[in-house]
Amino acid sequence: MKKEKKMATRRDALRKMLQGAGFLGMGGLAWGGYIDEAKATEVILRPPGAITEEDFLKACTRCGECVTACPYDTLKLAEPGDNKPIGTPFFEPRKIPCEMCTEIPCVPVCPSGALDIKSVSTLDEESKKDKLDINKARMGAAIIDKKNCVAFWGIQCDLCYRACPLMDEAISIEYERNERTGKHAFLKPVVNTEVCTGCGLCEAACITEKASIMVLPLHLITGKVSDTYIKGWDENDEKRLEDADEQEVGNSDKALEYLNGDWEDLIDE
Amino acid sequence: MSINRREFLKQSAVASAVAAIGLSVPLKLKAAQEKIESDWRWDKSVCRFCGTGCGIMIATKNDKIVAVKGDPAAPVNRGLNCIKGYFNAKIMYGEDRLKTPLLRMNDAGEFDKNGKFKPVSWKRAFDEMEKHMKKALKELGPTGIAVFSSGQYTIQEGYAAVKLMKAGLRSNNIDPNARHCMASAVVGFIQTFGIDEPSGCYDDIELTDTIISWGANMSEMHPILWARVSDRKLSNPDKVKIINLSTYTNRTSDLADTEIIFKPSTDIALWNYIAREIVYEHPEAIDEAFVKKYNVFATGPVDTGYGMRMPDHKGFSAKELETVKKEAKKILSDAEGTTLAYKGYKAGDTLEMKSRAGALKHWIISRDEFKKGLELYTLDFVANLAKGDPDESIDSFKAKLQELANFYIEKSRKVVSFWTMGMNQHQRGSWVNEQAYMVHFLLGKQAKPGNGAFSLTGQPSACGTAREVGTFAHRLPADLVVKIPKHREISEKIWRLPSGTLNPKVGSHLMKIHRDIEDSKIKFAWVQVCNPYHNTANANHWIKAARKNDNFLVTSDPYPGISAKVSDLILPTAMIYEKWGAYGNAERRTQHWKQQVTPVGDAMPDVWQIVEMSKRFKIRDVWGAQNIPGLEGGLPDVIADAEAMGYSPNDTLYDVLFANEKAKGFAWPDPIAEGFQNTEAEGDKRTIKGSDGQDWKGYNFFIQKYLWEEYREFGLGHGHDLADFDTYHKVRGLKWPVVDGKETQWRFNSKYDPYAKKANYGEFAFYGKALKKMPQGDLNTPDKEKEKYDLTNKAKIFFRPYMDPVEMPDKEYPLWLATGRVLEHWHSGTMTMRVPELYRAVPEALCFMNPKDAEKYGLKQGDTIWLESRRGKVKTHVETRGRNRPPKGLVYVPWFDEKVFINKVLLDATCPMSKQTDFKKCAVKIYKA
Amino acid sequence: MNKLLKTHRWLITRRIVQFSILFLFVSSNLFGWKVLTGDLSTAKVLDSFHLADPYMVTQIFATGYIVAADTLIGALIVFLFYALIGGRAFCSWVCPINIVTESASRLRKILTLYRENIKVPIKRNVRYWLLALSIVLSFLTGVAAFEIISPIGMLHRGVIFGFGFGIAAIIFLFFFDLFVLQNGWCGYLCPLGAFYSLTNRFSIFKIKHTVENCTACNKCFMVCPEKQVLGIINKQSGRITGGECTNCGRCVEVCEDNSLKFSINNYKKNKLIR
Repeated sequence: MKKEKKMATRRDALRKMLQGAGFLGMGGLAWGGYIDEAKATEVILRPPGAITEEDFLKACTRCGECVTACPYDTLKLAEPGDNKPIGTPFFEPRKIPCEMCTEIPCVPVCPSGALDIKSVSTLDEESKKDKLDINKARMGAAIIDKKNCVAFWGIQCDLCYRACPLMDEAISIEYERNERTGKHAFLKPVVNTEVCTGCGLCEAACITEKASIMVLPLHLITGKVSDTYIKGWDENDEKRLEDADEQEVGNSDKALEYLNGDWEDLIDE
Repeated sequence: MSINRREFLKQSAVASAVAAIGLSVPLKLKAAQEKIESDWRWDKSVCRFCGTGCGIMIATKNDKIVAVKGDPAAPVNRGLNCIKGYFNAKIMYGEDRLKTPLLRMNDAGEFDKNGKFKPVSWKRAFDEMEKHMKKALKELGPTGIAVFSSGQYTIQEGYAAVKLMKAGLRSNNIDPNARHCMASAVVGFIQTFGIDEPSGCYDDIELTDTIISWGANMSEMHPILWARVSDRKLSNPDKVKIINLSTYTNRTSDLADTEIIFKPSTDIALWNYIAREIVYEHPEAIDEAFVKKYNVFATGPVDTGYGMRMPDHKGFSAKELETVKKEAKKILSDAEGTTLAYKGYKAGDTLEMKSRAGALKHWIISRDEFKKGLELYTLDFVANLAKGDPDESIDSFKAKLQELANFYIEKSRKVVSFWTMGMNQHQRGSWVNEQAYMVHFLLGKQAKPGNGAFSLTGQPSACGTAREVGTFAHRLPADLVVKIPKHREISEKIWRLPSGTLNPKVGSHLMKIHRDIEDSKIKFAWVQVCNPYHNTANANHWIKAARKNDNFLVTSDPYPGISAKVSDLILPTAMIYEKWGAYGNAERRTQHWKQQVTPVGDAMPDVWQIVEMSKRFKIRDVWGAQNIPGLEGGLPDVIADAEAMGYSPNDTLYDVLFANEKAKGFAWPDPIAEGFQNTEAEGDKRTIKGSDGQDWKGYNFFIQKYLWEEYREFGLGHGHDLADFDTYHKVRGLKWPVVDGKETQWRFNSKYDPYAKKANYGEFAFYGKALKKMPQGDLNTPDKEKEKYDLTNKAKIFFRPYMDPVEMPDKEYPLWLATGRVLEHWHSGTMTMRVPELYRAVPEALCFMNPKDAEKYGLKQGDTIWLESRRGKVKTHVETRGRNRPPKGLVYVPWFDEKVFINKVLLDATCPMSKQTDFKKCAVKIYKA
Repeated sequence: MNKLLKTHRWLITRRIVQFSILFLFVSSNLFGWKVLTGDLSTAKVLDSFHLADPYMVTQIFATGYIVAADTLIGALIVFLFYALIGGRAFCSWVCPINIVTESASRLRKILTLYRENIKVPIKRNVRYWLLALSIVLSFLTGVAAFEIISPIGMLHRGVIFGFGFGIAAIIFLFFFDLFVLQNGWCGYLCPLGAFYSLTNRFSIFKIKHTVENCTACNKCFMVCPEKQVLGIINKQSGRITGGECTNCGRCVEVCEDNSLKFSINNYKKNKLIR
């Protein structure tokens, strides 16, 4: 009786534990799935100085100090419905672009390291101290839809170029003769993604109904070349080798497997 | 079947996709597509905005403009546009479009100067206008009323306005906003050539080797021409050179081989340096044959003041007087001590401004005298005087000046000099315009394909209307002027007026209209197609005068701007494509368009407003004897003469000026207008209540055609020949003079210009008739003993010395302020600020400044600042990046933005000859707000 | 009136504290005051030092990221404050969700949905599982797992930086507590509450019960959101030592018998009753 009761209690406990584990497992799956979903929002533009998106999601404490510091109401904290990791700061240039304040108020206030002040500083030659330099920000980079950009039709627009705080560096004008008219030139905007800070002033200014120049996170629009080929004509390119992983020699049985395969397969039946 | 636009787009996408994969389009879809396209009517028109004059095509559907496209057949733009032109379809449908007349009223419904605007009928509006106009006329005579006219008038509007004011009301107080824009260019043309407007045309761009821009930011202000300049550069990058001369770095420098940043106003010294290089260092470069045959040398007085009021005028603040006192006399600076030494002055002397009234006077001098005048403009002297960027080395600047001179001098090199507001809005703007011709004439590089000094204009019809029609205080159509009896006689004949009707006394120019209103010398003013209370310098004065004095101000405008706001009555006005019209661009090309749609609300065209006003005056009201201040004997009573001509004293000005027998000969309907409406001629579907309270049913004759054909009579056979009305509706514009149906590309050149050929003077003939018999003298004074020199068929080469602008930066106000436009916005922004895309692109006028200056004044990018002068202050934001990059010591603020009302800050100094305001320089300080 | 004040004195004090904190945060955006900037995740005090949410920092640790010293020290300060002084006071004195859930609880009583003893299909220790799960998920996903779904964050960020769609989550929570589960969020689910419940054993402030005065009126049970901590009521004198007690003081103010009082911990006799 006692034993039975004890057994029953144990069984009960086991059942409850399993039940609990089941709920926990399901909840965990759902919760984890939601997090993965939220993280999957690749098109998100972070404040200047943001560390890589992967680390940013870890580091950001969602305190909103950067949002408070932003004098133009550019930065917002993501809310449910924004389809972005909730609570983290972002901006939408078509609505309010980053005005690229020279003193970058949003970065030094970050308490967590999610916004890295070093990444937006340069060494001042005179004082030998780090000096904030918004031009080093890489919030994203602009790309142009050449089909709908009216400058590519020959319309004299180049508004994005004039709006660009790094005019002639981040966006420059490519002149090209317009063979159709025979006497006008195209003034086509070209983005230099290596210089573009991703502030989005161009996207905000674009006169097409939906902007034909838009800022995307850098990782979305940049490819990556293999470390095993270096430009022979460019000495600087060798720098890429510095962080290259050493190649490992394969050590599987693949060769033997192949060789010991049925040779008869090679011939017609 | 009704298919809306979205559906149509969807279906046409389906149709093209289906066609692409080789299936036949379902018949229903195909029919729908054809039906919709047949609902669209495409017709040619012209861009509403700048003086370039691009052709556009307009699509209308259901009496609404649905789209525009660049006109591929238009020679100027070949189907292209800038982004202002791109939005032509959107300018008419802003949400705050004015739809009914608005009158300031009290609660009892009476007019009250301090009342609020309330809607009234057109009849009430005209009743009030009539009452106040008659009151002003009774009290002050014809000089008591004024019209602020425009370089954006259609040609017919300008012509009707001039006719009503000058022929009907006998007042010469009509002056355009173009006064602010190219009056200096006009004086330059008349003094040099004796006839207005450029000798060359846009084709020069494709034909020249060198494009030198003097104070013209073409890349933003004439984008389509800039596309042509860019193309020319690309066609031969090594040979073709572009130089940009400016007081700050702007986008025109992008493509330039060399950028020359000079100190404000020193362009005069630069031109003299180039002339000196030619005359002293490279006499072989002078085209002796040309100069000997076609040129004479001339100069004029220097003590001409700065176009401001005299300091004894009450109403100046003590701060203002610091600058204004120089209008009477000025202590000469070191630079002026040198440049005016030939007049016997030295630095520190006081220059009494004795020739303020005689600023236009000039006399013929010898070539040796001319050469003597240039002597001191050496590279050293000019480089030190003119270097505008403190951070540039003098050697670098000198090298650029030398290069500039060399390009001009190079014998086989063709050169075009372009300029706009930098040279025109200038306290010595007429001088510097003349100097451009000086250099081109010396080298024989004028009036030839690919060679010439070419004054560009800002407004779409500054040439076509303001200048050619003569909506100026001193002008009549086709370069005639009110001062000359013969010219009045010609006009009175064409207008069928009794002799002596026209007022010989030059009226008040734009700046003076404002000043007269301030002095209560004008008590009724009508603003047409412009925004003078936004666009005039020293605006605090004029706005106070408008609101506080006993006067009545009417503004005709499609949108509410500052002028409307400070008015007593606002008239809702039809916009460009809601009426028939014509514009004339900077290369003398006249382009007509038809009314495309019915005006919005109760808006009515300006022609209608002007003509309806004429119904309110009878001959006996206005053609009796009139007192004109400063005109001895006043204007004669011509009523008896009028009766002798068959008029009755009870005839209205409408009967005489607009609905006469000649006019009624232009029948409506007319085959050329088939399929198009005409609100003035036949009324429209709205049947609004007109100025008499009755349904508006039209004049029943083709009034726009009548106005055109009568206006044309002025120029026919006098070098201003225009084609007939119908022709312009078949072609993409023609460059006048149009002789035997052929346009003229290069004037004064016998090969191209039938008038030059007719003069039978040689390869060239500068046949302009004005100012062709002049006294002779030396550099310093005219010699009254010598007889007048006859220079028929010749043009003048002027010597003009450098002088300082009247207000320069000092300790208290340490910065130069220059103002101007931006590509995205047109003038005061009443149209473009209502296009959401353009507003979003540039919502605010920023203060462009050098980052080092910002640092110096403790400012950073984006800071809110006060920008203050002796006259007023505005709040704006610091911009240290972007399109305009001033050197240290200069700031630039665009003027389109009502919220950054920069004209409060500016000085109303003008070129004393042209009366054009200098919007490019005054002294300011800035501090954090 | 006086009685009403008396029986709500701690509630009113708590509301003043909660709203003052929120107001100071909001004022940094509205007027640029520097008393408190940031939000409840990480805040800067008087523009000189930081405070941070230790549970959040724990999650961040789990993601494998070492936060900057400012945040780390801030989290340590907060952790030590609650662990050694305040107990689980965050939940009732600071957390803005508390206002929402207590309102729901109050409304429940007005609508007579309140039940003395209810059978719920869920246990109060679920929160500890969720706490553990959040740490595991943070490790697995590389994101502070609770922060991404936290209604607390949504609420205070909403108040401080402006609401958007996040208000929906708060409304949902309110109705959850109102109709689905009494004291559901704070009493069963919230892992942040769980975190503070685990770490406050040595905190100074505890509720002291004097059994001699107790009349077994059960009013304390009526108001307590974490009834399980009231095990000693009417049984023995001593401190309420249960970690889940939020030091809200509701029991103190409703007790008419002077049997419940705020007191300081008796470290010698510390006995865990749960």
